Amino acid sequence: MKRHLLESADLDRDDATLVLDTAAQIDQALAGREVKKLPTLRGRTVVNLFYEDSTRTRISFELAAKRLSADVINFSAKGSSVSKGESLKDTALTLEAMGSDAIVVRHGASGAPHRLAGWVRGSVVNAGDGTHEHPTQALLDAYTIRRRLGRLDGVRVTIVGDVLHSRVARSNVWLLTTLGAEVTLVAPPTLLPVGVDSWPVAVSYDLDAVLPKADAVMMLRVQAERMNASFFPSAREYSRRYGLDAVRMAALSDDAIVMHPGPMNRGMEIAADVADSVRSTIVEQVGNGVSVRMAVLYLLLGGNA
Amino acid sequence: MTVLVKGARVLGGDPADLLLKDGRIAAVGERLSATGATVVDADGLVALPGLVDLHTHLREPGREDAETVETGSRAAALGGFTAVHAMANTDPVADTAGVVEQVWRLGRQAGLVDVVPVGAVTVGLRGERLAELGAMADSAARVRVFSDDGHCVSDPALMRRALEYVKAFDGVVAQHAEEPRLTAGAQMNEGDRSARLGLTGWPAAAEEAVIARDVLLAQHVGARLHVCHVSTAGSVELLRWAKSRGVQVTAEVTPHHLLLTEACAESYDPVFKVNPPLRTEEDVRALRAGLADGTIDAVATDHAPHAVEDKESEWAQARPGMLGLEQALSVVVETLVEPGLLDWAGVADRMSVRPAAIGRLDGAGDRAHGRPLAPGEPATLLLVDPAARVPVDPAALASRSRNTPYAGRELPGRVVATFLRGEATVLDGEAVR
Repeated sequence: MKRHLLESADLDRDDATLVLDTAAQIDQALAGREVKKLPTLRGRTVVNLFYEDSTRTRISFELAAKRLSADVINFSAKGSSVSKGESLKDTALTLEAMGSDAIVVRHGASGAPHRLAGWVRGSVVNAGDGTHEHPTQALLDAYTIRRRLGRLDGVRVTIVGDVLHSRVARSNVWLLTTLGAEVTLVAPPTLLPVGVDSWPVAVSYDLDAVLPKADAVMMLRVQAERMNASFFPSAREYSRRYGLDAVRMAALSDDAIVMHPGPMNRGMEIAADVADSVRSTIVEQVGNGVSVRMAVLYLLLGGNA
Repeated sequence: MTVLVKGARVLGGDPADLLLKDGRIAAVGERLSATGATVVDADGLVALPGLVDLHTHLREPGREDAETVETGSRAAALGGFTAVHAMANTDPVADTAGVVEQVWRLGRQAGLVDVVPVGAVTVGLRGERLAELGAMADSAARVRVFSDDGHCVSDPALMRRALEYVKAFDGVVAQHAEEPRLTAGAQMNEGDRSARLGLTGWPAAAEEAVIARDVLLAQHVGARLHVCHVSTAGSVELLRWAKSRGVQVTAEVTPHHLLLTEACAESYDPVFKVNPPLRTEEDVRALRAGLADGTIDAVATDHAPHAVEDKESEWAQARPGMLGLEQALSVVVETLVEPGLLDWAGVADRMSVRPAAIGRLDGAGDRAHGRPLAPGEPATLLLVDPAARVPVDPAALASRSRNTPYAGRELPGRVVATFLRGEATVLDGEAVR
């Protein structure tokens, strides 16, 4: 594995498979154990550097590092020196001077982890940057699909929603296609980026036409404020055309699963009875996230302790 | 100061000697001699009229930490420039006679190039009401180019009035063509790469729509229009169309848009962030062709110095803009002269003669630029060594800022000497002060 995990576009098939296999081994090693902890990263320090609020991703990384026995520092931009105008570079150098071995960064600016990686000696893990990538989310999604459906090669994954602004969609497109899945993006044309035709995916504006052929449907969060910028006329119209409700879910094949990276807008892109159905992997994805992030930290830091 | 330039190839022609005396070219010929003259050996060097930049940000007043009139003037002289148009987006904005006269005076004090202030079109660059354009035109700075550069004069009625109004003093509006509603939050050229990098796209149509509108307005009111930093193939086509219909439109292209593409954004290094953004290979080809055939009239640097902290950041947080004065001629040699698209007379035309004409600096008098290198004309010229290839070292630049996009690149064409009205501003590749 490389020193950093900046984007899933960087991962080749062997790298990605190694992460998923390692996560599976970690799950096995911890299964049934009372103390869910491995000594692997004892004495190493992981910093969670979060410039955006994200309780679930931050907690997931924190838990992953703690289960590997690393020391964890949570650095949130609010109420810190960052709110006093400290630059990303100064913050990074400060954290490194304190002995951090890895920085897990969430940032509103696309490419911020890449900049960080140029300034520090330790490893950088991208925990979501702007509208660019969120590679550990894609890894946990791939892990979830593989566990549920037994494979990734040839699996037909449909990603529905605000692809334009979604780092989850981008990371999944690159990772899932690298791993052999067939990806279809479904969205109103306003929420697809110009240039999407160069991506290795199929594109459709018609959710109903795509659903019967899907093995996994991944619903993206759609922010209601997009409607104020005329990406779609109203939340109701969006929901009618692109939301997944029980009627639409019935069109899925028997084994198909429904995924969502969270947090959900129930009633907008996904109906409550769909989110809570047996097809839904939403809670499982959260659990898998910890295992996959353990695998990433282990592979980036574990080898050269 | 009397200077005898020995064996320079004027506009790339046969070697000749030039005698510079009392601010003028006293003689051009073979085997000239002059007692007491400083002799400059120009064997192998090309002599061009001093370059004129229509688009320079000198940052003074307001951001003297990034550039001053003096440091920017030195960078300009080292690049072979003898006149630069200082853009109006300073702090305070150059929207009154007082500010343009201040910039003009600072330029005279530095004395390295003629600093020609550009006046803002609208008060505070806010795009709401006209600044006192006539007062700036009548001031000691004699402003002829007006621009809200950095912002588009997007209100069509206001743009029409500005185009009309400046006709009274033979002015020109230099438009930063960018429809702001189409570029909210924009970070780079919109296309395959912006989609993948997750950087908000700046569509070519946002530039082209404004150019199309403005050439129609200029035609309707019979006014002169100048288009700043043209960056797309579509813009070149629109300009070609407008010129074929007789519209009084001129346009400039920057060195960076002639050389670099949006691929530079892959690094997320904001030194490559600029407005308008770097575009595609196809756009670069069209811009080179447009400059070669004269559809684009001028190369203008859009020299935009920024302090380190404004560039050493996340891409989205960084300010747009890059340095250009010291490498502009080299980039033109690399992208047009060496590939055979433009000869030295063409370089003189696009970097001196035409920009001087657009800025109305081409007449007789003390501020004349873009004149032929002939006896009786002002001794305002440069000598360039076309064979020298020099690696660009940001630390060695005269600019107070370091945000050059060419760091580490080896570019052809070293400016050996620059003369402003007979006085050397650069000798042996070094600024005289």
